[in-house]
Amino acid sequence: MSIDILMPALSPTMEEGTLAKWHVKVGDTVKAGDVIAEIETDKATMEVEAVDEGVIEAILVEAGTENVKVNALIAKLAGEGESPAPPPSKDAPAKAAPAAEAPKAAAAPAPTAAPAPAAAAAPTGDRVLASPLARRLASAAGLDLKAIPGSGPHGRVVKADVEAAGKGGVATSKAAPAAGASAPAAAAEPRKVLSLEQMGIPAGSYDLVPLDGMRKTIARRLTDSFRDVPHFPLTIDLEIDALLAARAKINHLLEGQGVKVSVNDIIIKAVAVALKRVPEANASYTPEGIAMHKHADIAVAVAIDGGLITPIVRAAETKGLAQISAEVKDLAARAKTKKLKPEEFQGGTFSVSNLGMFGIKAFASIINEPQGAIMSVGAGEQRPVVKNGELAVATVMTITLTCDHRVVDGAIGAKFLAAFKPLIEEPLTLLV
Amino acid sequence: MSTEFDVVVIGAGPGGYVAAIRASQLGLKTAIIEREALGGICLNWGCIPTKALLKSGEIFEQLSHLGGYGLSVEKASFDFAKIIDRSRGVAKTMSNGIAFLMKKHKIEVVEGEAKLEKGSPSPKVVVALKAGGSRTIQAKSVILASGARARDIPAIGAVSDGDKIWTYRDALAPKAMPKSLVVIGSGAIGIEFASFYRALGAEVTVVEAVDRIMPVEDAEVSKAAQKAFEKRGITFRIGAKVTKVEKTKDGVSVAVEVGGKAETLTAAVCIVAVGIAPNTEGLDAIGLNMDRGHVVTGKHGETNVPGLYAIGDAAGPPWLAHKASHEGIHAAEHIAGYKTPAVNSPIPGCTYANPQVASVGLTEAAAKAAGIDVKAGRFPFKVNGKAVAAGETEGFVKTVFDGKTGALIGAHMIGHEVTEMIQGFVTAITLEATEEDLHGIVYAHPTMSEAMHEAALDAYGRVLHI
Repeated sequence: MSIDILMPALSPTMEEGTLAKWHVKVGDTVKAGDVIAEIETDKATMEVEAVDEGVIEAILVEAGTENVKVNALIAKLAGEGESPAPPPSKDAPAKAAPAAEAPKAAAAPAPTAAPAPAAAAAPTGDRVLASPLARRLASAAGLDLKAIPGSGPHGRVVKADVEAAGKGGVATSKAAPAAGASAPAAAAEPRKVLSLEQMGIPAGSYDLVPLDGMRKTIARRLTDSFRDVPHFPLTIDLEIDALLAARAKINHLLEGQGVKVSVNDIIIKAVAVALKRVPEANASYTPEGIAMHKHADIAVAVAIDGGLITPIVRAAETKGLAQISAEVKDLAARAKTKKLKPEEFQGGTFSVSNLGMFGIKAFASIINEPQGAIMSVGAGEQRPVVKNGELAVATVMTITLTCDHRVVDGAIGAKFLAAFKPLIEEPLTLLV
Repeated sequence: MSTEFDVVVIGAGPGGYVAAIRASQLGLKTAIIEREALGGICLNWGCIPTKALLKSGEIFEQLSHLGGYGLSVEKASFDFAKIIDRSRGVAKTMSNGIAFLMKKHKIEVVEGEAKLEKGSPSPKVVVALKAGGSRTIQAKSVILASGARARDIPAIGAVSDGDKIWTYRDALAPKAMPKSLVVIGSGAIGIEFASFYRALGAEVTVVEAVDRIMPVEDAEVSKAAQKAFEKRGITFRIGAKVTKVEKTKDGVSVAVEVGGKAETLTAAVCIVAVGIAPNTEGLDAIGLNMDRGHVVTGKHGETNVPGLYAIGDAAGPPWLAHKASHEGIHAAEHIAGYKTPAVNSPIPGCTYANPQVASVGLTEAAAKAAGIDVKAGRFPFKVNGKAVAAGETEGFVKTVFDGKTGALIGAHMIGHEVTEMIQGFVTAITLEATEEDLHGIVYAHPTMSEAMHEAALDAYGRVLHI
C-alpha cells in the first residue's frame, strides 16, 4: 500500500505555502529522516523529512508550486518491500477529480452527506474570485472582498454575497483604524499606482527583480502599518561609557565559557526590564481593548538576504545576558539561512532595531504591528557633552522610540524611556 | 418494497431526459418513463420540428428576394408534403438520438403512462405499460417532468379538433397546406406558425388580446416585430378579444372585439396558441401542493411530498425547454447531495420567426417599474457592416443597464439569427458583467455581434458607428 505524503504545516496557523524544491525524484529510495522537499512560507524555508521508508512512487505537486494547501497530497511513497505502482499518467489527478464527485451508486447518498464540490473552496492567494459587479459593489460599499464568503462557482463572490455582507456588517477594506478617528469608506479605495513608464522611466532601462514572498510581506505589512498606525517618535541620548566598560568586563571574565555579550544584547535585556517596570509600553491595540502583555517578548530585527526578519527572544525579562546573547546568535544565524520556524519570528510584543554598526546616528523605525512600540538604536560615538557646566567627552548613543499612539501616548513613551535610560547608563542597576 | 432505483424520472422531454442523464452521471441508478416518444414535445412536436419548417419557409421566402443578391431562379415552388416529411424526419432523428443516450447512460426506459401513489421514501410510481399490464416502481426519489400541452378555451369554442381548429401539434403535420389562417395568440408559438405559413403564401391574421404583439418582449421589439411581419403580409388584430370560434362549412369564423367594435375573421384554419396547460392531473391524490395546475417547488425542484421533485413546464413558467433542462440538472444534483453553487443564470427566450426575436433579463419598462435607474442603448443592424453585406439589415440590438451599478440587466434583439447572438448577453448577465466589461470586450469584425458592443456603448453615450 502506498503512503500519502501531505503538505506539512510549518506552524499552527499556516494554511498554505510554496513547495519550493524536491530533493527526491520518482523512484528514489528514502528512509525516515531523509530530507525530501523544501517548503517556503513568506518568511521561512523548512525542510520536509520523510517519516517512512520506501520508494517515491509519485510526485503530485511540482516544485515551485505556490499556495499549496496544508494537508494537500504532494507525493506518494511505496511502502518498504513493495514495488511502486506504475507512475500515474500526467492527467491522472485531473481524472481523479470527476471520479471523486460521483457518489457510489450502492451507497445511496443522503442529501446532506455527499461532497459539496468547489462551492466551499476558499479563494486562494491574493486573487479574490469575484464577479465584476460584485467587485464594483464591494468597492462602492467599502467592503473587503476577501472577507466576504463567495457562494458562486469555486467560491466566487457574486452580487448576492456582497449584498448579504452589506447587511450583515462584514469587515471594511481596512483593519480597524485609529480609535475614535473616522474611517471614511473612500479611504478603502486601493491606491492607484502608476507604472514606471507612466512616470517617465522607460522600459528596458532597468532590470526587474521579481517580488518574492518576503518582499511582498514586507511591502504589505509596513505599508499597512505606516498608513494605519498613528505613530510618533521619541528620541533620547544615552551615555554608554559605563555600559561599554561593563560589557568588556563581562566578556573578559566569561571568555572561558565562550560568552561574548554585545551592546545589543544588553539593550534587549534593558528593554525587557524597563517594559516590566512600565507595562503600559508592552501593549497592543485591538478593537476589543488594549492587550497588556505578560511577558516582554523582544523581536530583534535581523537583516538577511533579500529582506529582514525579526526573530524573538521570548520572556527576555526572565533571561540572563548570557542566555539572551546565545539565543540571539542562534536565531540570527538561522534567520540568515531561512531556517527559522514561524513561531520563532511571529508574535513579539516589542521590537529592537539596531543600525549602529552601520554608523547610523539616529532613525525612526516603522511600528511592527501589533506591537505598541519599536526602538531604533543608533551608533555609539564620542560626542562633546556638558557635565556640571563643563564640556566633556562621552560615548553617546541616540535611540528613538516609535510609538503607536493608540496604546503608547507620549507620556507613557517618556516614562518607559525614563525607566530605560538609567538601566543603560548604569548597567549595574540591571541586576536589581 | 425494495427500491430498485435511486431515481425515477416521469417524462422524457428535455427536462426529464437531461435530469436522467445527470442522475446517471452522478452514479444514481435511474429509470425514465415516457408515454409517447423520447424527447417529449420539444423534440417531437415543438422546438425542433418547427425549426425545420421555419428553415424551409425562410429559404422559400429568400428565393423571392434573390434579385437583390444578383441571383435568380426560374420559378420557385414547394412541395408541402415534403416540407412536413422533412420536419417529421428531423424529429425522428433527434428522438432516436435520445434512445441512444439513454442506453449509453444505462438508464432504463419504461414505456407507458405513470401515476403517482403514496409511498415511501418517495411516491410509488405505477406505470400502465404500453405493452400491456402495469409495473409498480418504488424509487428513492422521483422527478416529475410530465410537461404540458396546448390550452383550449372551451368557453369561446376554441377547442382543437385537429381538422379546422389546430393546436401546435396539428399545425406541425397538417394533411394539406391551408389557404388562410387565424392565429390566436402572438407569443412565440403563434408567431412562429404565422411566420411559416405566411412564408409559404397563406393569408395569416394574428389576434392578440394585449395591446402589442409578443407581449413578453420589450415594447420596442414588439413594435419592430409587428412592422416586420406586416411588411411580409401578416395582418394583426391587437387589443382584440376573441368572443367565439366557430367551425363553418369551409373553415372557421373567429369573432373578435377590437376597441368595442365587433368583427368576424374567416379562414380555412384557426390555430389556438394561447398558452399551455400542465400535465399534472390527479396529483392532489398524493397531497402535492399545487398552484393553478402547476406543482409548487422549492429552489431545487423539491416539493412538499418527500422524495418528489418537479421540474419544467409541470413546475411553472417560463415554459421553455432550456429552463426544464436546467431544473432537471439541478434536481438530479440535489438528489445526489450536491450543494450546487449559485449560478444565477437568467433564462433567455427566443422566437424563430423571420426575423428572429431573442431576449434575456428585464425589459426597459419592467426595469423602470422595479424602480431601477435605467440606462438603455440601441444599435440598428442597418449600419452594421456584416448585416449590410448579408442583406439582413432588419432589426436592432437593445441593452438595458442598471445605471447605478452598471450591471447589464436585460438585452433584446430582433433580426437575422439573433437567437444565436443572445447567448453572449446571457453569459454576461450570469457572470455579472458591468458596462466596463461589455465596452472592453473585443467583438470580431465583421459580425452582426458588433451591434451588441455598440448597443452597450450607446447606453453610455459612447456609440461609435452612428
